[in-house]
Amino acid sequence: MQIERELTKNPRRRSYQLGNSQKMAPYVFVFPFLLSFAVFFAYPLINAGIMSFQEVLPGEVSFTGLDNYRGLWNEDFGAALYNSSRYTIWTLLLLIPVPMILAVLLNSKKMPWSNFFRSTLFIPALTSVVVAGVVFRLIFGELDGALMNTILHLFGISSQRWLYSSSLGMFALLVLAGWRWIGINILYFLSALQSIPAELYEAADIDGAGAFRKLIRITIPLLKPITIYVVTITIYGGYAMFTESYMLWAGKPSPQNIGLTIVGYIYQQGFQYFNLGFGSAIGITLLGITLLVSLVQLTLTGMFKKED
Amino acid sequence: MKKAFLCTTVLLLILVMGLSGCGGNGNKETSPTNQPAASNKGSKATEGSETAKPPAQAEKVVFWTFVDAHQKFYESMAASWNESHPDKAIALEATTIPYDDMHTKLLVALQSGVGAPDLVDIEQSKFPNFMKGTPQLVSLNDIVEPELGNIVKSRVEIYSKDKTYYGIDYHVGATVMYYNKEMLDQAGINPDTIKTWADFETAGKQMLDKTGKPMITFEGNGNWSWWPAISQQGSDQVDENGNVTVDTPVNVKTMEFFQKMVKEGVAAVAPGAGHDTEEYFGYMDSGGAASVFMPFWFMNRFTDHIPDLKGKVIIRPMPAWVEGGNRSAGMGGTATSITNQAKNPDLIKEFLAYAKMSKEGNLQVWKQLGFDPIRTDVWSDPAMKESNKFTDYFGTDIFDTLLSVKDEIAPVHIREKSPEVFDAIRNKAMPQIFIDMKDPAKVLKEVQDSLK
Repeated sequence: MQIERELTKNPRRRSYQLGNSQKMAPYVFVFPFLLSFAVFFAYPLINAGIMSFQEVLPGEVSFTGLDNYRGLWNEDFGAALYNSSRYTIWTLLLLIPVPMILAVLLNSKKMPWSNFFRSTLFIPALTSVVVAGVVFRLIFGELDGALMNTILHLFGISSQRWLYSSSLGMFALLVLAGWRWIGINILYFLSALQSIPAELYEAADIDGAGAFRKLIRITIPLLKPITIYVVTITIYGGYAMFTESYMLWAGKPSPQNIGLTIVGYIYQQGFQYFNLGFGSAIGITLLGITLLVSLVQLTLTGMFKKED
Repeated sequence: MKKAFLCTTVLLLILVMGLSGCGGNGNKETSPTNQPAASNKGSKATEGSETAKPPAQAEKVVFWTFVDAHQKFYESMAASWNESHPDKAIALEATTIPYDDMHTKLLVALQSGVGAPDLVDIEQSKFPNFMKGTPQLVSLNDIVEPELGNIVKSRVEIYSKDKTYYGIDYHVGATVMYYNKEMLDQAGINPDTIKTWADFETAGKQMLDKTGKPMITFEGNGNWSWWPAISQQGSDQVDENGNVTVDTPVNVKTMEFFQKMVKEGVAAVAPGAGHDTEEYFGYMDSGGAASVFMPFWFMNRFTDHIPDLKGKVIIRPMPAWVEGGNRSAGMGGTATSITNQAKNPDLIKEFLAYAKMSKEGNLQVWKQLGFDPIRTDVWSDPAMKESNKFTDYFGTDIFDTLLSVKDEIAPVHIREKSPEVFDAIRNKAMPQIFIDMKDPAKVLKEVQDSLK
């Protein structure tokens, strides 16, 4: 703000003082990012790294070496890791192909009402997860009147206790994830689809290719860069998932840890048991896991290969 | 290159100064309101010439809570305090923050040494977090000790460490039976003849025969069924020294007895797996089960969420495990504490004693909050029979029941390990025992082992 005001006040003098303003511009533009990065990312990250080797108690902080990391070898962390990984894999299977196909459909000129569908599919992304969590908790209620159970009754299946079993609980989480993220991923794919040159399809038409062949041979290969991007953020989103499970189980720990995620475990240990050192150790471990998974995925998809 | 570097530095400096300028302005704007508060500590008398309202020159006290009703309670107590103590007026700034948020914010504020309120509510199961390391709360011994004879002692002991008291509860949380009188009458059961749990089981079978409905419900994912029952027998989940005692013989036997009742159909697992859920309120409202035992504070769930049972529910002591055994247990609670960041702890202590330890404060706890106050001498006060929404719902003999179990409330142990133990019981043991119907002895042993 200050600078902006200064610059507009007397632009000529300022440019003299600062030398070549062309050279300065990038620094000015990058500075706010660097500042927020340093304050909100680098500093907490370094501090978390240090805290993960400490026992942090009010008024008493002491180094305990690798104790926190050794403590990770337990059932709860195992459950959290299992749930997060399972959730990530399922979201990858759900949130890549479905939005891709929907985007292709929405992009097609034959599709009626496509603008209407585009906006309705995107609306969930604008809804607060907290509100959505409450609504979904009611949808997946265990009473006969709950929406999901009413649907089951239509097919002659008896009521289920959705949020008490591991697989049904995961299903509820996936429905919530699908509802929330499909619209956003459609948006990514749509923008990529619009950048595919129409000549390619015209040429394929001349060669006599059908719609399916065009999808397989032209659309999907040309969507690869954006697909890699979406896969990366989905992996990250999967491992970072917390709010959904927190809201679905009403902020209380889920029965038998069926909804415990790694971030949920950080929250539980760090804030509910006030074990900040151990919480930091889980956080650093999560960072390692996501880094590793993303690196493997990026290597496999050829992101690090030099273009010939 | 060098020039570019220099320019960057200059720019950085400008930005930093600009930012700090903003900060400075912000401070200046708020400082006038701070100033009088800070300066009037010593010079209250001299400022008397000004005809401002008491709060304008009063000591500012910031209070955090997670219950709206608690905020209203303290606001009314502050108003009456200012009337009776004009020379020690306080300006209470109370805020209600959601449960988890408030406790997390408080932990961080106390850990980092800035930003904590002066006065704060801390819920019982969160309290051990604040006892870790060096407690960042103020010792309340000088206001608690003189009253120890008049209050239920365990209600301050649970918030103590090394003989220092750090918090004062709102209530006793005496666990009582809530019987649906209409259903008991249908089945021909007289609740006053149920003295022990064995009697209760027999009555439950009669209920099942006559009405086909369960006599009682248990939580399938909570702590309010098993914990009061073991507390009645002098047992607990954690012992006095903080050791986990989840799988002691008494605890296992109690769980086995409850599971047996569920298997017989005498008891049901609460819909929603807990007593404090929407599903359960609907279930009870439509006469799903004939009774439940919950702490005293559960009364307002009946008045607010189970309206159809108005006038049909009676409050009685819990059945004892052996003839002459304890018929109640003190469960749940919220302490009010003073943080070490309070600017004038002595004044706040006086106010806290007024609000929570005095007779008038305790009467207000019942009148405004509907809790069983920690001072037992007010339980027999005529004010307790005055008509309010609770006496309209449950009848006027509520405190007669309480008085009869006054000396049958064993203290519970809240230690550092407690939050973890509670979670393990709620999320691992209870669902396995009451939903998956596994063997209690085995499940409790596993939980005990996992907590070591």
